Amino acid sequence: MTGMEAILSGGLQGYLVVAFLLFTIGLATVLLRRTLLMQFMGVELMLNAANVALLAFARFRGGDPQGTVFYLFIIAVAACEAAVGLALVIGLFRHRSTTDSDRAASLKQ
Amino acid sequence: MNKYYWLIPILPLVGAAFNGLLGKRAGKGATTFVGLGVIFGSLLLAVSAFLAMKATADHRLVLNYGEWMATGSLSVPFGMVIDPLSGTMMLVITGIGFLIHLYSVGYMHGDEGYSRFFSYLNLFVFFMLTLVLGSSLVLMFVGWEGVGLCSYLLIGYFFETDFAPDAGLKAFLTNRVGDLGVSIGMMTLFAAFGTLTVSDILTQAGHVAPEVGFGVLTFATLMLFVGATGKSAQLPLYLWLPDAMAGPTPVSALIHAATMVTSGIYMICRLAPVFALAPITMTVVAWVGAATALFAATIGLVQRDIKKVLAYSTVSQLGYMFLGLGASGFAAGFFHVFTHAWFKALLFLGAGSVIHAMHHEQDLFKMGGLKAKTKITFITMLCGTLAIMGFPGTSGFFSKDEILYLAYLKSPVLWVIGVIGASCTSFYMWRLMALTFWGEPRDHHAYDHAHESPFTMTVPLMVLAAGSLFWGVWGIPEAFGGHFAIGEWLKPALTYGQVHAAHGHHEGPAVLLACISTGLGLLMGFLGWSKYKNGPAAEIAFAGRHPFIHDLLLNKYYVDEGVERFLLGPTRWFGNLLWKLFDVIVIDGVGVNLPGALARVSGDFTALFQTGRVRNYALSMALGGAVLLYVFLK
Repeated sequence: MTGMEAILSGGLQGYLVVAFLLFTIGLATVLLRRTLLMQFMGVELMLNAANVALLAFARFRGGDPQGTVFYLFIIAVAACEAAVGLALVIGLFRHRSTTDSDRAASLKQ
Repeated sequence: MNKYYWLIPILPLVGAAFNGLLGKRAGKGATTFVGLGVIFGSLLLAVSAFLAMKATADHRLVLNYGEWMATGSLSVPFGMVIDPLSGTMMLVITGIGFLIHLYSVGYMHGDEGYSRFFSYLNLFVFFMLTLVLGSSLVLMFVGWEGVGLCSYLLIGYFFETDFAPDAGLKAFLTNRVGDLGVSIGMMTLFAAFGTLTVSDILTQAGHVAPEVGFGVLTFATLMLFVGATGKSAQLPLYLWLPDAMAGPTPVSALIHAATMVTSGIYMICRLAPVFALAPITMTVVAWVGAATALFAATIGLVQRDIKKVLAYSTVSQLGYMFLGLGASGFAAGFFHVFTHAWFKALLFLGAGSVIHAMHHEQDLFKMGGLKAKTKITFITMLCGTLAIMGFPGTSGFFSKDEILYLAYLKSPVLWVIGVIGASCTSFYMWRLMALTFWGEPRDHHAYDHAHESPFTMTVPLMVLAAGSLFWGVWGIPEAFGGHFAIGEWLKPALTYGQVHAAHGHHEGPAVLLACISTGLGLLMGFLGWSKYKNGPAAEIAFAGRHPFIHDLLLNKYYVDEGVERFLLGPTRWFGNLLWKLFDVIVIDGVGVNLPGALARVSGDFTALFQTGRVRNYALSMALGGAVLLYVFLK
């Protein structure tokens, strides 16, 4: 079985590739975008990439409930994290009238 | 009474503490009362102790107050020894000290630091008594250093002037050189005898044969003599004493004429049996003394500052004392200490009275004609001059002639040097007297305001004048019908612990020698008086004819300049070199600044990674995560 066939055959590899792509897009967003809101969304993408990988592993280990429970926890924590993160973004915007992360560099030195 | 004698040195210390700590607040009256009172109390106790000592069979009063320190085989007691030598010294210190304290009341009456002055003066008396009475060399050394400290404080008393603090520092530093000699000498004596208690050293020395050639005792005594040259201003360490005249005049009289500067002679007398065992040292002492006596006397011939003349005179007279000691005349040397204390204190206080009358004018060339204005000062100073020139019958005559006679027995050359020095002494003293009291007033403004000093100043002058004239009877030599009573009196102290009898008495043409030296002295004195009685014109003419000799003497043989150029200059140069080369480059550069610079550069480098941008941190996190993944999953 070649690599491409393995991916398209509905096996574990296909899910992992999706998770990897999601993670890479998220990482690229964090590294390349300067708007804090977009970087925040990139972080969310990376979290969900992890979720995809977790669920895929759980499924292919014969429906391991640990993975599923872990996934639910991450969703819940991510909701909290989103609230805190958004509050921070709003706070920054109130002080600096911008959401550009490169301009929030006053702690340097 | 014995149990109160510890108060003899302690009373002045109490006075010093009171005047130093509370004097300013308590006021001038209290300062005077305490400052004079403690010295007077000390004097009374000293007289009582002296009489008690005289009543004992062996003329020796030992008072022990327990042990001070004990380490290994060394044990140093806290104790006082009163014997003819230290007892006489003690009376001189408290007696003349009291007169000078009394004089200071008048002399310093308008001064800001009145109580500070009396505090220092009291402290000096305490240390001087410690030096004299201490039963061990260690206690003596404490006093030795203490009087040096007080000398420093009192020379620099007028600290707002430019020269006084420098003069004080010079005195202190020069004395350090000598003090090093004393410590080395003390340690050598400890190594030789295993004790530092004077009486034990002398007892042991009594069983030692005189050294032939150079040995440990010669070394020890030479080192002690180095200390004596520092404290007693002999060649080559005399340089500080003339500068010490920057202090108030009573200080010059008490410390730099009568007491402290004689402590070198006192120390040698104290250890006389040890010195007698080292013939080389004795010869060195005699020659250094004679050289100093002549050297300083010639400088004194042309000095213009009245106190400078007396300062060089003191150096010269101290030289005579050492000449006497070196000629094995310990009693004669000490006798001169005793008579010198009277007449030199008198001359200094007289000079102070003149300066006081002339409103702090010290230049002899600006005085003149004061005979009529300051009668008491004139007459008393005349007594002092007669005594120092050795006028027959005065105290100086007996003490100086005894020294010169002994010098002749040691070596006729020493006698010739001594006689030339003595005639110089006579000349410069009469020059001083003529310029001050005879002739026309040369500074009319100062002359018109000149006045005789108050009685607190003239009474000490009169007492000292009487002493200068008559105390010589204590030591009329055998050649003049006396029996040198002071020699007999000091004998138990000077030969303590000795089993051998003193060497036999030599015979010499004593009367003839005395006639020659006295005749020359009188002649030179008359010459000095007649040349200068009409003012300094003769000297100015002489300076015109022989500028080289005059300048050489006026500039003190350029010794200060020589020391500056050949000793201090190179030392300073070397210090600068160490500073610029070693301190700046090695210590500051390699030791301090280099590690600092390294820390700064590495800090600056790592600071480059702190951009403050979230994306950069995220990138390094991602890269770090990638590296970790690679490492763990490889």
